[in-house]
Amino acid sequence: MKPRASAMWGAVLAAVILGIALLPLLAPTYYVLLMLPFMALAVVLLGVNLLFGYTGLVSFGHALFIGVGAYAGAFLTAHTTVRSLEVMLLAAAALGAAVAALVGALCVRYVKIYFGMLTLAFGMVFYTFLLKFYRLTGGDEGMRVLRPSLLGQNLDTMPKTDYLAGPYYYYSLAVLVIAALVMWRIVRSPFGLCLRTIRDNPAKAESLGVSVTRYRWYAFVISGVFGAVGGALLGPPTGNVDPTLAYWTSSGNLVFMVLLGGFANFFGPVLGAFVFIFLQDRVMSTFPYWRLVFGAILAFIVIFAPAGLMGLLSRRRPAEVVRVIPGVR
Amino acid sequence: MTQNLVNVVMSGVFHAAILFLVAAGLQVVFGVQKIFNLACGSFYALGAYTGVSAVGWYAGTGGPPGLFLLPLALGGLLVGIVGLPVERGLLRFVYDRDETFQLLMTFALVLMMEDLIRMTWGTAPRSTAGYYLTYGQARLLGATVPVYNLVVIAASLVIAAGLGWLLTRTAFGRIMRATADNREMAEALGVDMRRVYAKVFTLGTALGTLGGALVIPATAAMSEMGIELIVEAFAVVVIGGLGSMRGAVVGALAVGVLRSVAISVYPELEMLLIYLIVIAVLILRPRGLFGASAI
Repeated sequence: MKPRASAMWGAVLAAVILGIALLPLLAPTYYVLLMLPFMALAVVLLGVNLLFGYTGLVSFGHALFIGVGAYAGAFLTAHTTVRSLEVMLLAAAALGAAVAALVGALCVRYVKIYFGMLTLAFGMVFYTFLLKFYRLTGGDEGMRVLRPSLLGQNLDTMPKTDYLAGPYYYYSLAVLVIAALVMWRIVRSPFGLCLRTIRDNPAKAESLGVSVTRYRWYAFVISGVFGAVGGALLGPPTGNVDPTLAYWTSSGNLVFMVLLGGFANFFGPVLGAFVFIFLQDRVMSTFPYWRLVFGAILAFIVIFAPAGLMGLLSRRRPAEVVRVIPGVR
Repeated sequence: MTQNLVNVVMSGVFHAAILFLVAAGLQVVFGVQKIFNLACGSFYALGAYTGVSAVGWYAGTGGPPGLFLLPLALGGLLVGIVGLPVERGLLRFVYDRDETFQLLMTFALVLMMEDLIRMTWGTAPRSTAGYYLTYGQARLLGATVPVYNLVVIAASLVIAAGLGWLLTRTAFGRIMRATADNREMAEALGVDMRRVYAKVFTLGTALGTLGGALVIPATAAMSEMGIELIVEAFAVVVIGGLGSMRGAVVGALAVGVLRSVAISVYPELEMLLIYLIVIAVLILRPRGLFGASAI
């Protein structure tokens, strides 16, 4: 990227973060609260896109990790005395890493449709587990998430919306910014370069001494950690977690969001989550059949704008898009 | 004891008969067009609702109850025609794309069809009250089985045989197999791919909608039935082998009967067992039991 262009993007990014930080002072509380699932999902999607955009693996079961993270947090508040969100996030990250290490070890040997099918099957195993093992997980009703303390501050006396639109909002934003910085470092590192080589030409990567399956596994585990951390952030705003978080359609929506924003751009998935959440809200308030509208949008993107919204914003067609869709003009 | 066993197995086989139809639709489309159609469950739901409407209409005309199967099956088959506009209007744009995009296109269909069904038939479950036991019950080794279940199992077997005949004994079947094997070569030999794809996708859709219509006297139609069935159909084709018709038969029997046994022995296991088998098959034998490149 040319220095001028990168300076421009840096300015845009700073303005966006500033805008998000000022939002609670300017926008109605309703929209401020709507930002919470967006920020949580954005963390998840940064992880999804490490697999999709950078490693070339499309997981159709990534909601599994949202479920792992959300339930790890819920379990701590329901069955232990832990109320600290930091501990919840760390526990979610650790459990997410453990589950991803196991699931990933079995999945990364396969690519394309078989990888997608295996991840879908693992996602459904976890969903069924949440649904059927009532005593541990609360079955289809799910589990309550008690209000976590932030940085050691017990905020139980605050009114709920003040808590969510205030401290919790900025906490989520901080987690998102840190997650984005970490992911930025990862994809810009030699490791990230290896992943892209694996995506574009696994045989060449192998011949250059990069262990393809091991690097795919690393990417899978990192992606699982991001998924679990984002999932743990999803619980407190609603105060409840339930198995639909881990259902296969939820995984499908994650891939949808990545594609909507643009998988070939680092911030594409974040934009995708934002547009998805807010557009869904707008459509639902005027027309009960949001799936019809969103299905049509997805079909449109698949056919006409495979590089997503970011692709429409930048005129230059990234190499990633051309690689995936040879037929695109 | 045997009575219980027969009950469990027969309800499993009934479910397998329905699953086979949907999975067969999934298989022909995957075999020929190489697209994993997530929307096959939605077609199943569409067939179910159409079946409810067809039987409701038939009840209104006052025809003999014994013939309700005719409007039911006919409605289920005919609504399969929607496969044609879906293929021509949406799917044909993604044949040259990466399979991620093909999968997402069918996911878009899932989203759209779920709401189209809600718009047409509403959100409350719909059923055809009272037709399930029209044909009475049969006694089988001490157990009682609704005759309707036996009719559906027989129909499914006939359709399986018919598909086998279509694939191996007819000119169109040869073209389908040739396309599945080597699309470029088939095209070079003068096969019009557009027509083949349109026909195959419509056939696959009709199998799904028929399956949905036939299940309707036994259970109510619900708007979520499509997204729930797709994961079972997915298990069937993975266990049997993607693209294989014999695999669909064996996979459907395995999933149908195992699920039925699991529910009666240890309900918590239900689908968990099936998914674990799916994972085991994918890891140990990714091509499935009968998987090959051809159908």
